[in-house]
This record gives sequence, C-alpha cells and structure tokens, in this order.
Amino acid sequence: MSPLSRNGATTLSFFVCGMTCVFIMLMMLLFIFDQSYGFLTSVGVERVFTDKAWIPDSGFYNFIPMMIGTLLVSVGAILIAAPIGLGVAIFCNFYGGGRAARFFEQLLALLAGVPSVVYGLWGLMAVTPIIYKVKPPGASLLAGILILALMIIPTVGIIAKESIRRVPSSLINGAAALGLPREKIIFYVVLPSARAGLYAAVTLALGRALGETMAVLMVTGNVVRIPTSIFDPIRTLAANIALEMAYAADVHRSALFASGLALMFLVIALVMMSSLFNPKEVMRDIS
Amino acid sequence: MTYRKLPTKSGTLLTSLVWGCAGLIVCVSVAMLADILMSGVSQINWAFLTQPPSDSGRSGGIGPILVSTLLILFVCLCAVIPIGLGGAILLAEYLPSASALGRSFRATLEILSSIPSIVFGLFGNILFCDLLGLKFSILSGGLTLACMVLPIFIRSTEQSLQSISNTYRHGGAALGMNKTEVIFQILAPAALPGVTVGLLIGVGRALAETAALIFTSGYVDRMPSSLLDSGRSLSIHIYDLSMNVTGGDANAYATAFILIVLIVLINCFTVAMKDLWMRQRGDIECL
Repeated sequence: MSPLSRNGATTLSFFVCGMTCVFIMLMMLLFIFDQSYGFLTSVGVERVFTDKAWIPDSGFYNFIPMMIGTLLVSVGAILIAAPIGLGVAIFCNFYGGGRAARFFEQLLALLAGVPSVVYGLWGLMAVTPIIYKVKPPGASLLAGILILALMIIPTVGIIAKESIRRVPSSLINGAAALGLPREKIIFYVVLPSARAGLYAAVTLALGRALGETMAVLMVTGNVVRIPTSIFDPIRTLAANIALEMAYAADVHRSALFASGLALMFLVIALVMMSSLFNPKEVMRDIS
Repeated sequence: MTYRKLPTKSGTLLTSLVWGCAGLIVCVSVAMLADILMSGVSQINWAFLTQPPSDSGRSGGIGPILVSTLLILFVCLCAVIPIGLGGAILLAEYLPSASALGRSFRATLEILSSIPSIVFGLFGNILFCDLLGLKFSILSGGLTLACMVLPIFIRSTEQSLQSISNTYRHGGAALGMNKTEVIFQILAPAALPGVTVGLLIGVGRALAETAALIFTSGYVDRMPSSLLDSGRSLSIHIYDLSMNVTGGDANAYATAFILIVLIVLINCFTVAMKDLWMRQRGDIECL
C-alpha cells in the first residue's frame, strides 16, 4: 500500500490485536453452539414447534408463542418507526433549515444513546398506565411496540438522513429545472435514488428490534402466550433469556442458549441482507 | 449536515406530514427526558451519590453502584484501547478494503457490532464466568463489555486514520522514517481527536448496557473490594429497582437521572471533539 519499510514485530502485534475480533466472533459461535448442543440433540428442533407449551420444568419446550411475540413486537415497531424516521430524515434535508437540521442531528444522537433501561423505565411508569386506562393490563404488546419504535427511530432516522444527503445535487437540480413540485422531487427523484440506504436503515433497525431485551422486558408483561389482541401481554425470545437464565439448569439452560443462537443467526442474516443493498459508504459514515 | 433548499413551491400534505413527524419526535423525546429528569432531580444530593443503598435500594444512595460502574468501565477501556488501536491500525494501514482479508475482517466487525447484547451476555457468562473461573465479577462484566465495544471503537478509529491525507505518510517516508515510526509519530497524533470520538461513543454504549451485564457482573450492591467482586452497574440498578423492588420507583428515577446526565455529558464532549477534528482537518486541507 505504501512504500514504507515495515517492522516485523510491530506488524505482528497489530495483526494479533486485529485478529482478536475474529477470534471473539468464532469463540462466540463455538461456545453458544456448544451450549445449545445438548438441547438440539436431546429435544431437537422439531419439538420447539410441536410441544404443548413452554414448561421447561416438565420438559416441554414450545418456543412458538415467544417467536410470535418477538416477531409481532419487532414488525409493529418497524411499521411505526420507518415512516416517522423517514419523515424526520426528509425534514432534516429539505424542510427544517440548517439550524433545525443540526438540532435534529444532536437529538437523534442523544436518543440513540439513551440506555434501553431508561426507555423501559419511562415505558413502565408513563406509557403502561395510559394503556391500562384504555384496556388492562397495560403491560402489553402495544406498550412494547411503542417503546421499541421510539428506540429505533434514531437508527432509521440517522441512516435515512445520511443516505438522502448523499443523493447528488445534480439530480435534484435537474428535477427542479424540469419544473417538478417539491413533493414530486422527493418522491420520484430523491427517495428512489436513496433507496439502498433506506432499505439498509430498515433492516438494521429490524435487527436491533429483534435483539432488544431490557426495554421490551420491562413493558410487555412477559406472559408466554400467543396474543389475541394488541393489549395482550407477550414475551420475546431475548426477554425469555434474561428472565430465566438466573435459575435455568441442564436442558432448560441449553434451550435458552439455543434460542440465543437462533437470535444471533437471525440478526447475522439481516446484517448480510442489508449489506446486499450495498450502501457501503453510508454504513461507514454512521457506525 | 448540509441543508438543501428545494427551489420549487411546496405542497401542503407532505409538508404537514414531514413537520408532523419532526414535531412528534421532539414532543415525545422532550416528554420522556423531562419526565425522568423532573422526577429524578428532587432525590439528588451529595448523600445520594455517596451513601450505600439500603432496604434493597428503596432508600439510601448509589455510592457503591457508581464505584462498580466506573470499575466496569475501567476494565472495559483497559482491554479496548490497546486492542482496538492495534486492530484499527491493522485495518487502516495494512489491510486495504480491496483485499480479501480486509473485506472479511470488516464484515466480521460489522456482524459483531450488530449481535444482540443479550447474546454477548450469554457468551461472557460461559467464557469469563465459567470457563476462566472469574465468577460473577466486575472483571468478567468489563471484559464482556469490551467484546461489545471493540468493533465500534475499531471502526471509528480506522475511519479517522483513513481520513488523514496521504501527504502525511509520504512526508514521513521522505524523511526516511519506517512504517512504525510514521504510525506512532505522525499518524497517531493526527488521528487523536477521531480516536477520542470513538472512545466516547464506546463509553456511552458501555454505560447504557444492561442485558450483557446481568449474567456477568451480577447484582450485588455492596461496595466492591476488588475487581473479582460482583458489582451492580447503574443500568442494572434501574432495572432491578423498577422491576423487582416495589416502591423503588423514586430511586430508580434518580439513578436514571444520573445515567442520563452522564450520557448527555459524553454526547456534548463527543460533539466538541468532532468539531475540533473537523477544524483540524480543515487546517490540513488549507495547507
């Protein structure tokens, strides 16, 4: 890369430092797979879907209610967060003016940095009582969706804002020269050319939503049951791990690791999908 | 953040939608932060900051918890800074992103940084608590956090190294320096503000983390006497008070207040550092 002469020992030490990350990744896969192996052989994947319920003490491991809970809460949060995040991104780029855009940049960074327990605390103290007034019990799928949406709006907003900013000015100026009105420029020129980044924003936010533990755990009630309405309590896979790890043993513990493994693979798949959209330079800018 | 004025007149529907999104975010985040700050501020005094919690956290302060949090952070940074700097130098100076090794290394970092924190918790629990025999301790919590923060820190350090103009490297080579000397004597000082930004982001992430710490650093709220003692972080304290201790709300709010103040301080510092970095780069370009 550069014409400089190299020094063997320092090069080697940099290499060791760098490889630590790869090592962590491999160890993580190895250990978590190793711990879930007991569950996968003694119980098997099939019974995850066919067992009558989630009663680990009696040897029943039906993950279906938790999978549905995880999916519903994540998808619900994305459905709310994606349009709002996109709206904020458009606002920052074309509507708000320089000062407002700068303010929003700080605000989104702050919101992205607020700890998930703080979102959970606020959800528990302020949001669930309001939902309780509409329909008990309050701690519900709806509360989970709302809090999670609030948590991932910064993720969607920051990436979408950045990818809209990268739309070349020549395209916008060209559209304006054709006399297109503002919303047509945004919908027919800006958003289509920024779409790779927008897809990436949604997939990454979805990955974050699937893995979020504490905030969801605090507001969703944690009842293992398939919800029939949006006011029913649910339990997610991640929350299940956090709740039961403390006392789980043997196959039960192994089952929790297996669900962690599944969660990990799901998120890895989402990250790979988002890199398929190939918004490389966007990714580099936001991380 | 550049703001672009669209030249044509705006439509009303989209305008109101976009302003609505922006307004909604501002209102909700102000409501949340104001609620937590207002409810928390009344408890804050010197005694709260220094005294140990009593009656499982309902009364008393957060002295030992602050100490544990700082110790966990200290362990985390001790591991992250040297390894992260080495890894970032390897990426930026030795592995161009076009090479196969460089590409796979970057992909690993990307995946590692998006794995859910609860999975890191599981991993830390097996590796540090069980396998290395550290039990539930500040050391295992800090090291688990280090695994989480490492990819984030490496990414932003690499970015700041890459943003340094090649004239620096060529200048060093012209003076007859070898690659190691160029890295430590020329590139390192120039990248310092960028590295600090990365470090601050990592610290923010580590402070906010809960799920990865529950099964690694533990719940004990006594004053830790060594790094091998279990210690409770601020975020776990909030979780425990709001979920497991009835009547702990007031102190949970107060702890959340402290945590948010810390996060805001870190954010402000990050912004200041970024400005400094930009200005420095501006100077370089002027040369």
